[in-house]
Amino acid sequence: MSSQPNAQRQVYLDHSATTPVRPEVLAAMLPYFAGKFGNASSVHRWGYAAREAINDAREKVASLIEASPNEIIFTSGGTEADNLAIRGIAHARKSKGNHLITSQIEHHAVLHTFEALQKEGFEVTFVPCDKYGLIDPDDVRRAIRKDTILVSIMHGQNEVGTVEPIKQIGEIAREHGVLFHTDAVQSAGKIPIDVKDMNVDLLTLSSHKIYGPKGVGALYVRRGVRLTPQVTGGAHERMRRAGTENVPGIIGFGEASRLAKAELPEEAERLSKLRDKLIEGLLREIPDVALNGHPVLRLPHNVNVSVKYLEGESILLNLDRMGVAASSGSACTSGSLEPSHVLLAMGLSHETAHGSLRFSLGMSNTEEDVDYVLEILPPIVGKLRAMSPLGPGSGL
Amino acid sequence: MYNEKVMDHFFNPRNVGELENPDGVGQVGNPVCGDMMRITLRIKDNRIEDIKFRTFGCGAAIATSSMVTELVKGLTLEEALEVSNKQVAESLGGLPPQKLHCSNLAAEAVHAAIQDYYKKQGIDIEIKTEEHEHQEHGH
Ligand SMILES: Cc1ncc(COP(=O)(O)O)c(C=O)c1O
Ligand code: FES
Repeated sequence: MSSQPNAQRQVYLDHSATTPVRPEVLAAMLPYFAGKFGNASSVHRWGYAAREAINDAREKVASLIEASPNEIIFTSGGTEADNLAIRGIAHARKSKGNHLITSQIEHHAVLHTFEALQKEGFEVTFVPCDKYGLIDPDDVRRAIRKDTILVSIMHGQNEVGTVEPIKQIGEIAREHGVLFHTDAVQSAGKIPIDVKDMNVDLLTLSSHKIYGPKGVGALYVRRGVRLTPQVTGGAHERMRRAGTENVPGIIGFGEASRLAKAELPEEAERLSKLRDKLIEGLLREIPDVALNGHPVLRLPHNVNVSVKYLEGESILLNLDRMGVAASSGSACTSGSLEPSHVLLAMGLSHETAHGSLRFSLGMSNTEEDVDYVLEILPPIVGKLRAMSPLGPGSGL
Repeated sequence: MYNEKVMDHFFNPRNVGELENPDGVGQVGNPVCGDMMRITLRIKDNRIEDIKFRTFGCGAAIATSSMVTELVKGLTLEEALEVSNKQVAESLGGLPPQKLHCSNLAAEAVHAAIQDYYKKQGIDIEIKTEEHEHQEHGH
């Protein structure tokens, strides 16, 4: 964007958008670009080497969510995995029913897929959330009909960090014989996931949110669940997703999953502490700031606040100049003239949604980073508020 | 995303604030996006002697506000009414396409403030809104 003349520090606080590939992951990937370049379908040593490495990665990814390796389908990312789950089940179970359930606060990869299915003739119920972004399992129960074939509710909300009651929703779906999909892109590697314990039939993962490479993800499909492939053209991934495997990407994803699982308990605790320090500091240091999302049922790395009387992009530009990367649910950053559908579903006014800021913490962040944000943000807000026609002192 | 001139006006906005006992006040908002701008004018001998703005909005909204105050300061009211949204965007060296709608606000707020001034003098003037995307007006 602009030059950063005043940037003393570089503080990346946008890990929910994407993360860097960590060095161990990069090292694991590198041999598979040129040396071990084989096609995993080939019948020769180059092919065997790739196949073996993919099998190994599949075990590691499966282990992150307590699944079996043959329940993992590698895809080109979270978006494709969401599409495969939702379209794949809708198409496979069309003869059993025409009704689908999801929520109003899903990622666009889920939401827009359901909207596309509506155009195909499916009926979709979008269950609401409360002011904390929490979905009530009873709302899901009430939405289920005789002809419901799929429920899809996300695990960790990507904007406001609220962790949804997946286990209960899965139990309700199972009681009614309805398949249950959850998008766990933001929660995987951050909080423990056990697909069996959580009554999940399908679950979406993405590599680049857990220090793996971009362009690779996975769909967990419980053994015995049939879905209609959305990408056809070969026998790859047990006939469920055609295309020569992205071997280096899959290897990187595997290594990232292994490390995420090994480090999860400690890292979750460390990030939660940083998160709470940042939240408390923001609420203390800046007047008229409100926390978005659930105060307790919250991803360890997510901080989301609304800075009243301000618009998010104007804050982001100032933060960027000071070396800090964050994001906003403001319409002005969405390119669509509408603020975040998640914040609106939570009942925020357009004005408050415009002033939302998301800081998402990660491996590289320290207490000093949090202190730095708490030092530079209050004067930025002060300067912008002096410019705003809204708020106290504006006479409006 | 933004060019250097836009960033300069954003980080170092000219004429921020609110005049006391202004001769004209213009407040416009773009309901689609939720941005808002308030202009206050001091008018002397049919010229804009002083002007200040307050804006709620993105980088482009703030930069265009700052730019328009520079453009019209010292102009006669007739001249200021001729300053268009397009001219404001061009004076900033252009804006990203998805941000052009915010530049509608700046000139409009100035025109509204001039209209308010005339109204206080008992004169009704009509404001041209030909470049405004969000407004339909028929006679
Ligand atoms: C909740 C959620 N689902 C899906 C995705 C899309 O994943 P990918 O970028 O791998 O396509 C994201 C990433 O932004 C996400 O946060
Ligand atoms: S004020 Fe919203 S895009 Fe400019």
